[in-house]
Amino acid sequence: MAEPIKGTAVIVTERCKGCCFCIQFCPSDCLELSRQYNAKGYHTPALVHPEDCTGCDMCGMVCPDFAIYGYKLKEETHAC
Amino acid sequence: MHADPIGVLTGMHFIDGDHACSEGAIAAGCRFVAGYPITPSTEVVERIADRFPCVGGIFIQMEDELASSIAIQGAVWGGKKAMTVTSGPGFSLMMEHLGLAAMTETPLVIVDVQRAGPSTGLPTMPAQADMMQARWGSHGDYGIIALCPNSPQECFDLMIRAFNLAEQFRVPVLLMMDECVGHMIERVVIPKAEDINIIERQYYTGDKNNFELFKPNEHCVPPMVKAGDGYHIHVTGLTHDERGYPDMSVDAQDRLVKRLSEKLQKNADAIIDFKEDHVEHADVVVVTYGITSRVAIPAIEQARKEGMKIGHLRLITAWPFPEKKILELASHVKVFIVPELNLGQMVREVERLVQKDVVVKSIPHAGGTVHDPDEIYSVIKSCQKD
Amino acid sequence: MIRTKFIPSSKVVRKIDPMAEEQVMNAKDTAQENSIQNLLRMDRIPHIWCPGCGIGTTVNSFIRALQTSELNLDHVAIVSGIGCTGRVAGYINLDSFHTTHGRAIPFATGLKLANPELKVIVYSGDGDLTAIGGNHFIHAARRNVDMTVILVNNMIYGMTGGQVAPTTPLGAIASTTPYGNFEQTFNLPFLAESCGAVYVARWTSYHVRHLTKSMKEAFSKKGFSFIEILAPCPTLYSRRNKIGDGLDQMAYYKENSKIENGADTKTVGLDFQGKIVVGKFVDRERQPYHEAMFEHFTKKLGERYVPTPEMKKVYGANGN
Repeated sequence: MAEPIKGTAVIVTERCKGCCFCIQFCPSDCLELSRQYNAKGYHTPALVHPEDCTGCDMCGMVCPDFAIYGYKLKEETHAC
Repeated sequence: MHADPIGVLTGMHFIDGDHACSEGAIAAGCRFVAGYPITPSTEVVERIADRFPCVGGIFIQMEDELASSIAIQGAVWGGKKAMTVTSGPGFSLMMEHLGLAAMTETPLVIVDVQRAGPSTGLPTMPAQADMMQARWGSHGDYGIIALCPNSPQECFDLMIRAFNLAEQFRVPVLLMMDECVGHMIERVVIPKAEDINIIERQYYTGDKNNFELFKPNEHCVPPMVKAGDGYHIHVTGLTHDERGYPDMSVDAQDRLVKRLSEKLQKNADAIIDFKEDHVEHADVVVVTYGITSRVAIPAIEQARKEGMKIGHLRLITAWPFPEKKILELASHVKVFIVPELNLGQMVREVERLVQKDVVVKSIPHAGGTVHDPDEIYSVIKSCQKD
Repeated sequence: MIRTKFIPSSKVVRKIDPMAEEQVMNAKDTAQENSIQNLLRMDRIPHIWCPGCGIGTTVNSFIRALQTSELNLDHVAIVSGIGCTGRVAGYINLDSFHTTHGRAIPFATGLKLANPELKVIVYSGDGDLTAIGGNHFIHAARRNVDMTVILVNNMIYGMTGGQVAPTTPLGAIASTTPYGNFEQTFNLPFLAESCGAVYVARWTSYHVRHLTKSMKEAFSKKGFSFIEILAPCPTLYSRRNKIGDGLDQMAYYKENSKIENGADTKTVGLDFQGKIVVGKFVDRERQPYHEAMFEHFTKKLGERYVPTPEMKKVYGANGN
């Protein structure tokens, strides 16, 4: 059986404006709005289900602020 | 550097000012013209449309003067020497883009073959009423260079000078002709290509990292590159820093806007040109430019024959205004007379500079035809009485 | 593959979950940088666009299109006008020109003619390109000047505070139509097609993958190619018309848009919060302007024709 694709998302919190596009359009529902907020007062997303992240980068594609991006991890490494 | 022989029609010609203008542009290395027809400048672009495909140039008639005046800027950043041609109503439309060229320090030439205005005015008749507009027409503070030919030969010669000045100082240069000079047919001698000196655009070829497109050298002029050279430049009409990036600070505004004017003030000696005749010991000096300079000559000569100590200062560069020369003359001249085909524009510059005890007389004319030399003569004679 | 599950606007996720495990990875710790960064002027990020504004998303798609296209990026020039979308030129790390309001297209025409080797892309807004710039739009399309025009349509003049635009739908509120817009709105794909554009497409900022693909197709198309992208303006258009925020607009795009490639552009006009027809509508062949110029003069002048060195480079010597 093939290993499911593993990926991860990086959130550049200080650049985020809390628009929630990434949360809405993540196909694997990995992201949620976090309680934390950045210096500008925006609540940023958090990767709350990293085990489901496929690294598809849909979050990166929809983000208007270049504040989040996803990528596929190499097979040997996994997000912790 | 010499002109490219392919563009140079060496020899003696019998052509009008508009056509001489086209030849001057071609000899200067201009290879992109975007234009829109408007009397009395249309012949310039008609000749260009005819000649350009045979000399390696591109001409495009755009949909209006707004498009023409910015298409040439695109062409400059694409690597060409470019110009456009117009008259009063089109000149008014181009004002925003004149400001853009000044702000982005885009070298180009705009020819204004002045006609009587305001508005539609007298499309086929001369005037010189765009002179202040040439200097102040666009919003904001900036500097430009304006040259005034008074013959078809000078239209040819000054076009070359205009392109050279534009490249040297990364500034838009205006050629302020008038319909009379544009449509008069005279002998124009076009020299051999190797006898025509042109200034080529100096492209920066150094390090691509941290390149600053708007960092001035010791002459206040920044380096130039073109799109496609790999410098990834950013050019904007917004107030910008030395990198070209928008900088919405008072400090950046101060640095940039002052430099745009200082660039020309500091290099004024290299830019300003005029012709003086008998001014050294004159009591009266007639200050003229363009076609009026020729109309004034019989009046001046007649007065001189009658014993008046009268001189003639012909402005070739109208902007920057030759302040030093006027101040120098004002130390001994008692009267300045300024005939113009307008209701008094350049005369204001003379008035601004001289002391109260020096008389400045304007000889205005609403335009439509040239002055009667007798009118100029009688004003000159009236000074003798005073 | 984009999720096609129906998400009603009322269920749009915006909750804060106090029980969720918080794993916020700081960019410094990551093994890999954002792949789009090398085409952004990172010293100018963060940008000036509002939270939920769609322009940034279109730029995202744009950069990905550039990176995966065959283009030599040193030979790509971006030209934009004035407005929120006009600021795009300032953020892209390529030769970029931020020109005057409405005049990006004639500037791009001059740039392309001076050096036909350049790939010239005009990236500007609906007011800039079709109101003040309308005349230039129709003539560049008529001439089929080789450029790609990317028009971000947020149906408003955003930068100046939300005034009505030629693309504001009938009935919508704007600062200069406080009682609702009663002017008929432009159908931009129809306009582009009737003026002669060779490639006409419309997408929304939701259709990120389609958009990137469409942009790549447009880049390699010879002639005047045009892509309209609907994007939210949450601060002005959406707020004034009480239709939610950026996320609500994105959900609206997703729910109400239908891909109809090859649709008749006459039928794809937009209503206020109505159906949106997206897709590639026109893809046809016409000789681009500078190629037509080269052929014409070659034919008419023969040996006497001297093309510019740049034209010669692209088209070979006389007659070839």
